[in-house]
Amino acid sequence: MKAGIVSYGVYVPRYRITPGEIGRVWGSDGESMGEGLNVRRKSVPAPDEDTITISTEALRTALLRGAIDPQQIGAVYVGSESHPYAVKPTATVVAQAVGATPFLTAADFEFACKAGTAAIQTCLGLVGSEMIRYGVAIGTDTSQGAPGDALEYSASAGGAAFVMGSERVICQVARTLSYTTDTPDFWRREGQKYPSHGGRFTGEPAYFRHVTECARRMMEVQGTGPKDYAHVVFHQPNGKFPQRVGKQLGFSEAQMRYGLVTPDIGNTYSAAALIGLANVLDRAKPRERILMVGYGSGAGSDAFDLETTDEIAAYDRSFGRPVQWYLDSGTEIPYAVYAKFRGKIHMGGS
Amino acid sequence: MREVAVLGVGQTKFGELWDRSFREIGIEAGLQALVDAKLSSAQLGALYLGNMASGSLLSQEHIAPLILDYAGLAGRHLPAVRVEGGGASGALALHQGYLAVASGQYDYVVVGGAEKLTDVPDTTGADITNATADHEWEVVFGATLPALWAMVARRHMYLYGTTREDLARVAVHAHEMGSKNPNAHYRNKLSLAQVVGAGPVAEPLGVFDCAPLSDGAAAVVLGPLESARKHTDTPVRVAASQVACDTMALQHRKDPTTVGSTVAAARNAFHQARRTPADVRIAEIHDAYTIAGLVGLEDLGFVEKGRAGSEFASGRFALGGSTAVNTSGGLKAQGRPFGAVGVAQVVEVVRQLRGEATGRQVSGATLGLTHDLGGTGATSVVHLLERTN
Amino acid sequence: MSVARFWRETPRRYNLGGSKCTNCGTAYFPPRSVCPECPAHRQSIEKMIPFQLSGEGEVLSFTIVHEPAEGFELQVPYVLALVKTVEGPVLTGQVVDASPEAVAIGLKVRATFRKLREEGKAGVIHYGYKFTPVEDLPFAAGPRGPPVPAPSEVPSRDRAPA
Repeated sequence: MKAGIVSYGVYVPRYRITPGEIGRVWGSDGESMGEGLNVRRKSVPAPDEDTITISTEALRTALLRGAIDPQQIGAVYVGSESHPYAVKPTATVVAQAVGATPFLTAADFEFACKAGTAAIQTCLGLVGSEMIRYGVAIGTDTSQGAPGDALEYSASAGGAAFVMGSERVICQVARTLSYTTDTPDFWRREGQKYPSHGGRFTGEPAYFRHVTECARRMMEVQGTGPKDYAHVVFHQPNGKFPQRVGKQLGFSEAQMRYGLVTPDIGNTYSAAALIGLANVLDRAKPRERILMVGYGSGAGSDAFDLETTDEIAAYDRSFGRPVQWYLDSGTEIPYAVYAKFRGKIHMGGS
Repeated sequence: MREVAVLGVGQTKFGELWDRSFREIGIEAGLQALVDAKLSSAQLGALYLGNMASGSLLSQEHIAPLILDYAGLAGRHLPAVRVEGGGASGALALHQGYLAVASGQYDYVVVGGAEKLTDVPDTTGADITNATADHEWEVVFGATLPALWAMVARRHMYLYGTTREDLARVAVHAHEMGSKNPNAHYRNKLSLAQVVGAGPVAEPLGVFDCAPLSDGAAAVVLGPLESARKHTDTPVRVAASQVACDTMALQHRKDPTTVGSTVAAARNAFHQARRTPADVRIAEIHDAYTIAGLVGLEDLGFVEKGRAGSEFASGRFALGGSTAVNTSGGLKAQGRPFGAVGVAQVVEVVRQLRGEATGRQVSGATLGLTHDLGGTGATSVVHLLERTN
Repeated sequence: MSVARFWRETPRRYNLGGSKCTNCGTAYFPPRSVCPECPAHRQSIEKMIPFQLSGEGEVLSFTIVHEPAEGFELQVPYVLALVKTVEGPVLTGQVVDASPEAVAIGLKVRATFRKLREEGKAGVIHYGYKFTPVEDLPFAAGPRGPPVPAPSEVPSRDRAPA
């Protein structure tokens, strides 16, 4: 495939909360909950942040790093399950804010946690068919778990923007394929503030089945095995699932190391695998093969067989911040501030 | 242009006037001024009314004829004009009245100023206050009027070493004077520690660095100086009436610690009156925020730029100082009913010049100054008033 | 606020589009159609051209707001600053992602994209610029370009900081 990743950028809000602090409020042992999930802390967006602002910051970084003229962007797709508007696209605001308007196509994607990888696939098709020069795929969320629910310990906020194109590609996409079924493991009905989920049903028949089937098919089609990949990145709703699925598939800790970011920032949903991929690309040298398998509830997996090119050696990452910075930094806040920031406090007035 | 004099003054109490409507207070002040000027309504030529925000506050625009009507003058079909210039609305109305008499268009005019702020919730009052800043490029981005003045204060402290206490002294002084003014919104005294220790509004400004939202009205009668003796034994000549403007937004000033409109209005006023700041014995300056008071003293020419804090501390602007400032209590203690402020400043100076400021009288004052401004100083109005006998 | 009133300002609020006088070279934000600096203002008429601010600047003065403007209630206390941009114009905006204690006159900041306010629960959401400190950025050695390149201009990595 001629099309690949030309540039990328990540943004994670500054605030953090720990599982211990969340558990303290609900009378649960949050610390063991965190250990069980392998989540040390999760990111929290400020009251003035949403998936539009996060997307814009991530994309601005990507455009600067790649020295890309925003007017050459032919498509902006934003994948998220927390778009600020139910009706009115996130993508149009983002496109306007980076100077990409007006001659481009734009749309919002929703597929639980894999809307971002779905957007990448769409861009690959448009670039590969030469309908557009650059396509932007963003995975972003400011996800919320219901107060006290297990999800609350991991649901966080962040975004990653990938510019797909066919010139100066830093990471080729050898193949992408998907595995999709109707599996009701996690959903949010129209008008509901918080999602619902099937509890333990989200594990074996949902996440594990889709990720492993999709990864296996990819390796089968490509004639590869785990040892052919320098890095592997999975969707990471917590820090445990990807580790387990990686082990099941025969990958080592070392291969999974950089692709796993959830323990430090929580589950950024549509951005989770993509921020993991960005962390790998932040460090990757030319000719490193990467397997990425996303997952979205409902359910489906998108697998990508990737390889960095010689171009990545010259790629300028001096704009924006590396993923590691977001993993290491942040300002911890107590639950009360978190509740205020996330709109969980009933305010008076209109 | 003929000489103009203030022939009569009137003012309501300032404060939370829960039982009184906008119409009532407007008419009370106006009638007081007419009685004080021994003027029959038949002699009246026009009404000018300073008001900032009746539309937002009362859902009532078109208020000048309304006041005229309830003053019983609708049948005479007099011209009535509302004048708006943010916080400077009252002084701006006075300027219009002055021009009307000076030009000979009318012989006698009433200039009123009135605002009713307690008919809306406090937060609405604050939003209306903020509307005197640039909405599109300041308020939309999180600015409030006190926040903008706080940034003036921070810059002033940075450039000139002005201290938190220097700011606080302006409020302490205001309350000291307010305690002597029966019309003042606040008549309690404040200590330096109370002002410095008060809850923050926009750092470094605290609650007591900011003037309150008040109801109130004030009015004066203006007429030709040549006929003044028919109306009063102590005519006060309007020695200068000057308006000047500057950029709407603070961010566009070359120096945020200088209000260019005040500098220009003061310069033009002293030129018009052929006097200097050293001749001014009494001054009512705009101290809606303590920093505004200090910056005002500098921009009016009383002290060199950056020196107002230390000069204020020296007592120079106290009741017994060389220039007594804000003997009414200023906006901080007398109160801040926007459109009434500029007119009330003139009422206070006239009372001082006539020797009627019981309990806070400045002895031997013959020249007084008033300084009113809107927003962060997009509009400034300076008047010089002189006792003529 | 009506939808159109905010919408028409998006080129400025989203992308820091200002104007520049080709007669005297002074930059303005928001854009002006007449140059206040030209001795004969008339000389500048029709000579004002669009001009892109980089979003880089430093704090000229600031305050920590405890009694907020409408719509900023959840962010109290917040830092509001006058930011002098490297191109000259001074902008009023929040400094976010900085503890108030860390903000000082002279602090280097950069524009970021945030929510400004929402028109209630059902109304539109307004976005625009705020500022963040640049000091804790890694890779500080590299030269930086504008956060949003002008449409016709590909950002150059070789450009020296203005």
